[in-house]
Parts: sequence; structure tokens; C-alpha cells
Amino acid sequence: MVASTTPRPGARRGSGSPEGGPPRSGGRGPGRVAALIPVRLRRLGLPYLLILPAIVLELLIHVVPMLVGMWMSFLKLTQFFVRNWSAAPSAGLANYEIAVDFDSAVGSSLLRSFVVTVAFTVLAVGLCWLLGTAAAVLMQGSFRGRGVLRTLFLTPYALPAYAGVITWSFMFQRDSGLVNHILVEQSGLLDERPFWLIGGNSFVALLVTYVWRVWPFAFLVLMAGVQNISDDLYEASAIDGAGWWRQLRSITLPMLRPVNQVVVLVLFLWTFNDFNTPYVLFGKSAPEEADLISIHIYQSSFVTWNFGSGSAMSVLLLLFLLLVTAVYLVATSRRRTRA
Amino acid sequence: MRIRKLATTAMAGFLLLAASACGGDGGSGDGPAAQSGAPKTLTYWASNQGPSLEADQEILKPELDRFKKETGIEVKVEVVPWADLLNRILAATTSGQGPDVLNIGNTWSASLQATGAFVPFDDALLGKLGGKERFLGPSLAATGAQGQPPAAIPIYGMTYGLMYNKKMFADAGIDGPPKTWDEFIETGKKLTKDGKWGLAVEGASVTENAHHAFIFGQQHGADPFDASGKPQFDSDKQVAATKQFLDLMAVHKIVNPSNAEYGNGTQAVQDFTSGKAGMLMWQSIASSAKAAGMGEDEYGVAPIPLPDPAQGGKQVNGMVAGINLAIFKSSRNQDAAVEFAKFMTSKQTQQNLNKAYGSLPTVNDAYDDPAFQTEHIKAFQQILATTAAPLPQVPEESQYETLVGTAMNELFADVASGKPVSEAQIKAKLTEANEKMLAGS
Repeated sequence: MVASTTPRPGARRGSGSPEGGPPRSGGRGPGRVAALIPVRLRRLGLPYLLILPAIVLELLIHVVPMLVGMWMSFLKLTQFFVRNWSAAPSAGLANYEIAVDFDSAVGSSLLRSFVVTVAFTVLAVGLCWLLGTAAAVLMQGSFRGRGVLRTLFLTPYALPAYAGVITWSFMFQRDSGLVNHILVEQSGLLDERPFWLIGGNSFVALLVTYVWRVWPFAFLVLMAGVQNISDDLYEASAIDGAGWWRQLRSITLPMLRPVNQVVVLVLFLWTFNDFNTPYVLFGKSAPEEADLISIHIYQSSFVTWNFGSGSAMSVLLLLFLLLVTAVYLVATSRRRTRA
Repeated sequence: MRIRKLATTAMAGFLLLAASACGGDGGSGDGPAAQSGAPKTLTYWASNQGPSLEADQEILKPELDRFKKETGIEVKVEVVPWADLLNRILAATTSGQGPDVLNIGNTWSASLQATGAFVPFDDALLGKLGGKERFLGPSLAATGAQGQPPAAIPIYGMTYGLMYNKKMFADAGIDGPPKTWDEFIETGKKLTKDGKWGLAVEGASVTENAHHAFIFGQQHGADPFDASGKPQFDSDKQVAATKQFLDLMAVHKIVNPSNAEYGNGTQAVQDFTSGKAGMLMWQSIASSAKAAGMGEDEYGVAPIPLPDPAQGGKQVNGMVAGINLAIFKSSRNQDAAVEFAKFMTSKQTQQNLNKAYGSLPTVNDAYDDPAFQTEHIKAFQQILATTAAPLPQVPEESQYETLVGTAMNELFADVASGKPVSEAQIKAKLTEANEKMLAGS
């Protein structure tokens, strides 16, 4: 899915020459400046010229703020300097030292939040992937109402995050929420009304809400992947006597591997960084049990008005995610070449 | 050929982009000059004083219309919920992109003053508003660090009182509001029955929790900061005070555990106005009660019980609460902003708005209106004048509120889920808050 559509440079040059023709004949029209640049350079430069706008925007939107954030992490950026933060004194590595000193209150709560986030990410990505794959596979063959079901499944993904999550937060309320109404009054499964938005259950509430919101993405991408698998393979295997389960294991899943590689990675990065869901669900202070790292960093820098410290934590998060991504890509692509 | 065409198009697109980016820059640079000729517009962030954001819009509208009539300046108002206000102000301070004028919780004055984001109200500026003497003493004390010109001027004055539902009291055979804490608990227990509760609290509201931590702390003789300005959130006295407050739910069971979930600043009030709880420790609820159809004679306002003087501690049962108005330094409409500050502190506006919100006017000349001679207003006035203490006016105040308030949220969550909360656990939470405060300074 990622880079497969871009032909290699060699291939392009080969295919370009019969059509583009000799350079002199083309050099007549568009002016002398172009004619002054050697053909070779023009050819080589074109791809870069084409992606130049994207690079400039990327620098502007992503890279520059990221570098500014890194710079901030070395500053003592407190309330006295937020208006003119170029005047903030340097903090050296102090912000990092506080963040990784796990004996201190700041460090230990960061570590706890990190552990919560890892557990949450593993469960959320696993569930999203499982639901997405199951739905995509079950909807592989055509049947009446497939279109309607597909649309229905995609609804949570199409809803604005805020609208979806705020509805969940109403449903999870202890006294007037729908969840407790069903669990306690309708079905009688529980005698006592549990809390969902505070305490230990808040982790479950967050997980349910998040999986509800994000699994359609996995479904959407995997469905596209499943639809691309040729029917011939299934027919041939059926002739050889393969059942549904065997087909799933030997055809569908292996054919989906490149799609899975991307889906899992993207889900991991999104989930680990998720801010909207806990923020809308719990408001200003997320309970400890559901204190995801993004919101934790946001809170700890806004709580103490120490943006340098928050930036340092963000940089640590960035490094961790980069590391995981690199290891993941190396591991999965090595397996693929071997296979 | 096609390749060249593509290249030209790409180039053209890029140049266009660059040009429009420059254009954007130039445009904002021309801003002030272009604006001076056109009719002036002010952006105003109002705090949520009424039962809902929409209600605030409605209450403010006639006043802002009057301002436009008098001065020709249009005010675009946005009502910001309490949970967001401080963060929004902070973001505006950092980016320099904020409103022209805004409301702040008066306890944040010194913290925000330290950022230098607001225009200081020096004597010359205060003179334009009629001079320092016009303003109410306690309210003017909560406008920034001592010895510095106020960072903001008070517009609504308030303090905490104990609201009680008269009918529920009569039904339970209670004569009047409790005067001591023992009486308070006894009263609460009498009221707690048939799905109704003695007291409503906003257990997940950082601000409310911090205010109660302060008031209860003062009663036990605890101060959040020592004389040298060092945080001491986890003093034994503060631990005892916090336990006393939490025990209303944990031990005496006069607070609905569900209250631990309440965090948007209106739910506890709704429990009170809808008769689900008989008492409420709150600032004025006049506009919310009116919106809920609860008449002013259906509830009473009394002072929150004071501690037994023999126990030590301070005779404090309220904090100097209220709303201040500040002008952003980055505002391009300084003159219009001052004009608006003058309008908001004028006698007429003070009377109209404070009447609507049930709060206290912050200028002395506004009190000649009989609307401020009612029992409720007089009770609040009495508390503010005699037994209310201002929160510490130090730069770290807003961090104190957030850290201690958050610790209290977590403790309430534990209590509500039935976990026993001991003094050691309270101390551990408050120590954590204290350490975070120290790490940030």
C-alpha cells in the first residue's frame, strides 16, 4: 500500500524516452531558460521539483514545529516566559532528568501512564484488528444487504470524534447512563451500579469507546485488501479440497500480510498518541487507570505551566515511537522477503 | 512534452502557494491600519456564570447592545466553560492570539499577572474607571500580587454560602440551617432518605475541590504556602481538613457517591435545585435556581459552619471568590477595551448583571438598588465582609488549584468506589501534588 505505486527511477527513464523524444526537438517552445539547463539535470530534477511543494509544506507543518518542540524541551519555559519564550533560560537536561527520575512524583506518574498506555494500545490494536478482519472476511462474498451493513459499520468512523465520544460519556454515567440501565435494571446482571467514568472501570470504558470509534478503519482497509484477492485462488483451493478455515489460513491471511503490516502500524501509532477519546470522555483530569500518555503530557505541562518539561516528555515519546516503528518495519519486511 | 508541461504546472502551483503565503503575511501586517477606519469590534471571553452557556449569552446580550448604542463598539462574546477557561487563556498568552477583554477567576489573578499578558490597571487607568475607592475592599484584594497594580478589575463579587432547601428541611423536622459541623452531619443524615441526599458536591470538579480544600484547610489552620512561598499542600492540618470533607461521603454517607462523577460545574447545583439534595456549599445559584423554577423563597443562604474556636484554626468559612475583567496586552483595540472595562464597572451594568447572576456588585455606588438588600445577598455580603479569606495571591496559585483539585478528584473517586481512604493515603496524594509543584518551579 505504501510505496508500491512509485516506479523505480530506472524504470521511469526507460519508459520516458520513447515518448519524450530527443531533447532538442522539445526545447523549441517553452523558452530559453529551460534550454540552458542540461537535459540530464532536467530529467533528474523533475521528480524533486514535483515533490517540492509537498516537502515545503511538510517542513512547515510537521518538521518545524517538531524542531521547535525539541528546542523547548531544553528550556525552563514557565509561566514567566510563555509570552516571550525566546527569553526563557536554558534548562540543559533538567527537564529530561525530572521526566525519567522514576522516584519522583513526576517521573513515577509518567511511568505509570506509559504502562497504562502500552496495555491500552496492545488491547485496542488487537481488538480493532480482530474485529476489522472478522468483518472484512465475513463480508467477502456478496449477499443481500452487504452495502447497508458496510455503511452501518463505517458510521462510527464517519462521525466526528467529539459527537461519538460525548454520547458514550453520557451512556457511561452512573445514575442516568444507558450502560448501567441495561446492566442493572434491564438485565439484572449486576446488583450495584458500577462507576464507569472514574476508578478502575474507566479503563474498560475508554477501551470500548476507542475500539468502537477506530475499528471501522481496520475494517475499511482490510476489506479493500480482501476484495483484491483473486477468486481463482479460492476456486483452485476448493478443487483441492480446502475448507473455509484452510482457505482463511492459507490464502486470505497470507495475501493480507502487506495490508496488515500497514494497518497494525498505523493503528499502533494512532492509539499510542490518542488524545481526543480520553479528553472528551473524562474531561480535564483523566482517572489514573485511564491516563493515556498524550493526555498525561498535556496535563502535566498545563498543570504546572512548565512547557519545557512537557516538551521533554513529548520528545521521549517521539523517540520511543520512532524506535518501535523502526524495529517493527525491519522485523516485518525481513519476514516478508524471507517468505 | 507532457513531462515539461507537468513541471511547469508544478512550478506555477508552488509559486502561487508561496505568493499566497506572503500575501497572508502582508495582510496581517496591515491589520491595525485597516481596522482604525472601520467600526470597532471587541472580542470578549465571558466565564460561565449562569445555568448554561446559552443562558449567559442571553443575560449579556442586552448589556452589550447597550454598550454598542453608547459607544458604537460591537462586542463579540464567547462564553467559555470553566473546565477550559484557564487553558484557553494560557494558549492565548503563549500565542498572542487571544480576545481583547476576558473574564478570569479572581483567584488566578496573581498567576496570570506573572505572565505579563494583561494590561496592569495602574492609578491612571483606574482613574478612568472612577478610582480605586469605588471598588469593594475584599474584591480588590484578589486582583493580583500585593504591591503591584491590579492585573484585572473585579466585576462580580462572590463567596461561599450554605444553601438549604426550606421545604426538605421542614419535612424532615429541622428548624434551621446547621451552625456547627456536628449539627451539619446530623442534619445531613436526617435529609438522606428515599433516594434523597443531605448534601450535593461537585466531586470531579478541580476548581470546586480546590476551593473546599482551601476553606476546610483554613478551618484547620492550614495554609497552602508557607511564609517564604514554599508549597506545603501535605501538612498534617491539610490532611485532616481533606479527610473531614471526604468523610461527608465516606463515613457519614450524606453525599450521593455518584457526585464523585460530577465535574462540569452545574450538576451539583442541579441536584440541589431539583430537590435531590437538601444542602449545597456553593457560590450564588440565583440564575440556576431561577432557570430550574426554584423560587428565591424556597431556599435559604446561611454561612457554612465555623469550627469550634477551641479547636484552633481560623474562623473562615468562605473564600473571596468572584470574577475579574482583564485586558490583553496584545489587543489592538486598547482604547475600546478600556471603554468596555469602564462600561462593565459602571453603576448601571453592575446592577443589571449582578442582579441577573445573584452576585455582589464590586463597586460601592451600585448598592443603592433594593435588589441588593434581599436576605440572600445580605447573607453573602456578611460572609464576604467578615469570614471570607482570599486564596494566596502568589504566581503559583493556579497550579495549586489544579494540583490539589486533581488529587481531591482522585480521592473522591476512591471513596465513591467504596475503597477506604485513610489519612496516609490522603497524605500520599497531597505529597505527590506538592512534589509536582516543586518540580515545576
